[in-house]
Amino acid sequence: MRIKKRILLVTGILAVISAIPAFGSDGTPVDTGITAWMLTSTTLVLLMVPGLAMFYGGLVRTKNVLGTMMHSFVAMGIMAILWVLVGYAMSFGSNILGGWFGWNKDYFLLRGIDETITPSGIPEYVFSMFQGKFAIITPALIAGAIAERVSFKGYIAFIALWGLLVYNPLCHWVWASDGFLFNMGAMGAIDFAGGTVVHIASGVSGLIAALYLGARRGHPKTAVAPSNLVMTMIGAGLLWVGWFGFNAGSSVSSGLLTAQALTATQVAAASGALTWIIIEAIHQGKSTALGFASGILAGLVAVTPAAGVVQPWGAILLGFGASLICYLAITAKNKLGYDDSLDAFGIHGIGGITGSLLLVFFIRKSWMQAAAEAAGGSWSMWQQLGVQLTAVGIAIAYSAIVTLILVWVVNKVIGFRASTAAEMQGLDYTYHGEQGYGMLNPR
Amino acid sequence: MKLITAIIRENKLDQVREALIEADITRITVSRVSGHGQQIGEEIYRGSRVIPNLIPKSRLEIAVNDSFVDITVNTIIKSARTNSKGEVGDGKIFITPLEDCIRIRTGERGGTAI
Repeated sequence: MRIKKRILLVTGILAVISAIPAFGSDGTPVDTGITAWMLTSTTLVLLMVPGLAMFYGGLVRTKNVLGTMMHSFVAMGIMAILWVLVGYAMSFGSNILGGWFGWNKDYFLLRGIDETITPSGIPEYVFSMFQGKFAIITPALIAGAIAERVSFKGYIAFIALWGLLVYNPLCHWVWASDGFLFNMGAMGAIDFAGGTVVHIASGVSGLIAALYLGARRGHPKTAVAPSNLVMTMIGAGLLWVGWFGFNAGSSVSSGLLTAQALTATQVAAASGALTWIIIEAIHQGKSTALGFASGILAGLVAVTPAAGVVQPWGAILLGFGASLICYLAITAKNKLGYDDSLDAFGIHGIGGITGSLLLVFFIRKSWMQAAAEAAGGSWSMWQQLGVQLTAVGIAIAYSAIVTLILVWVVNKVIGFRASTAAEMQGLDYTYHGEQGYGMLNPR
Repeated sequence: MKLITAIIRENKLDQVREALIEADITRITVSRVSGHGQQIGEEIYRGSRVIPNLIPKSRLEIAVNDSFVDITVNTIIKSARTNSKGEVGDGKIFITPLEDCIRIRTGERGGTAI
């Protein structure tokens, strides 16, 4: 009884506190509903990074499991600091250098936003942290293409430079209010949560880095058995869950658009996963767990740019199309023989391109009407396809060229490719002095 | 026929296997084992260097006909050594006589079954 009373008292106090509106320095009120959802989304997107570490870690050999997981974890360190230093300013400041990226001196170390509330009613810290999580996971995705053969130092230098020179400019072009892709066509290039910025950029960069650094020793002759598919499945599950924050959070609201994005995300992931195991069953005779996980990712990647504009039927077709095309791409990769180790390009690159282009056929009517009004009369899906093609082309070309330069520089100056001996001994022993599966041995 | 059992460093497994395959010795059993010989192993655990009681090693078991003993042993020695001189902890090789060998599929026995 007494405990019950106390709970009542506490909830009563909380209700009173929360009823007091909080205001920003300029008097904008905080919308607690939106803020709560955006805080949750930020957390969910961060959860995707350990999810990715588990997904990738399970797919590499036992001797590289820690080194591979560190590729994701170290990004949480470096990219978070860089984001606070200059990343947010470069991404969401005003155009400088002809719009190459943005800048706002108030965003340096986030000094100027200590008490800022954005017009949508959330503290600017929340928006900045939410966007910062995208800057963490994007370079970590590249690690999948170059797994098991890069030096730790070289990798760190590469993702730091890549974040500054590839991610921040692309993020500015696509999502900042004065970014040129944000303003292209009637209502801008459609990239709801990062089809171009996150997935095409990381996938294409991964491919370029993999081609430049060359295949792993023994590839493709030596079979590379995944160290722990159980961990990969858990990782894929965490990614699916986290993706709700990634996509539904990208509405930067807590209402109808959020619900639309969340629904599309769920449906596309399910459709992608089912499509993949059906294709496998027909092609290979068995449906694999890794296939299901790959299908989840293909569906999620494809719906990322589209989540705000497609309805469930469109999301089903997007998931289907993405899995079909990614499966074909990976089959082609095996024939071509290049070593995109964990298929960062095959799933994120190809899936992102597929989603960004295919989405024009499934856009909901209300969006097309709004676009027509904005364009002053009419706007067709073919015109939007033109805008999408331009955005995709620019994302591919820009990330490919800058990545090639960065990989070359890092490899010459610091050394990016691991030595033969390091590769044979494994990243864990060579770079970290530890072993991932030590508990399997009596000690 | 002999059974060659080699205990080697875990991080030399790839080198040894590749060298053996190069020398046409492809039938092998590998397991993860722990033990200690002369070596005092050191690992990093939360910033301090610690010495585990048992050091993880890889154990290779290779059954060979007599004429293959030398090449197998030499290949392992060459590829499992740290540097060219070798260091404490590089491991050991045991050679034991093998009474018989049977291929389960066909039931054949002796040298041809290896």
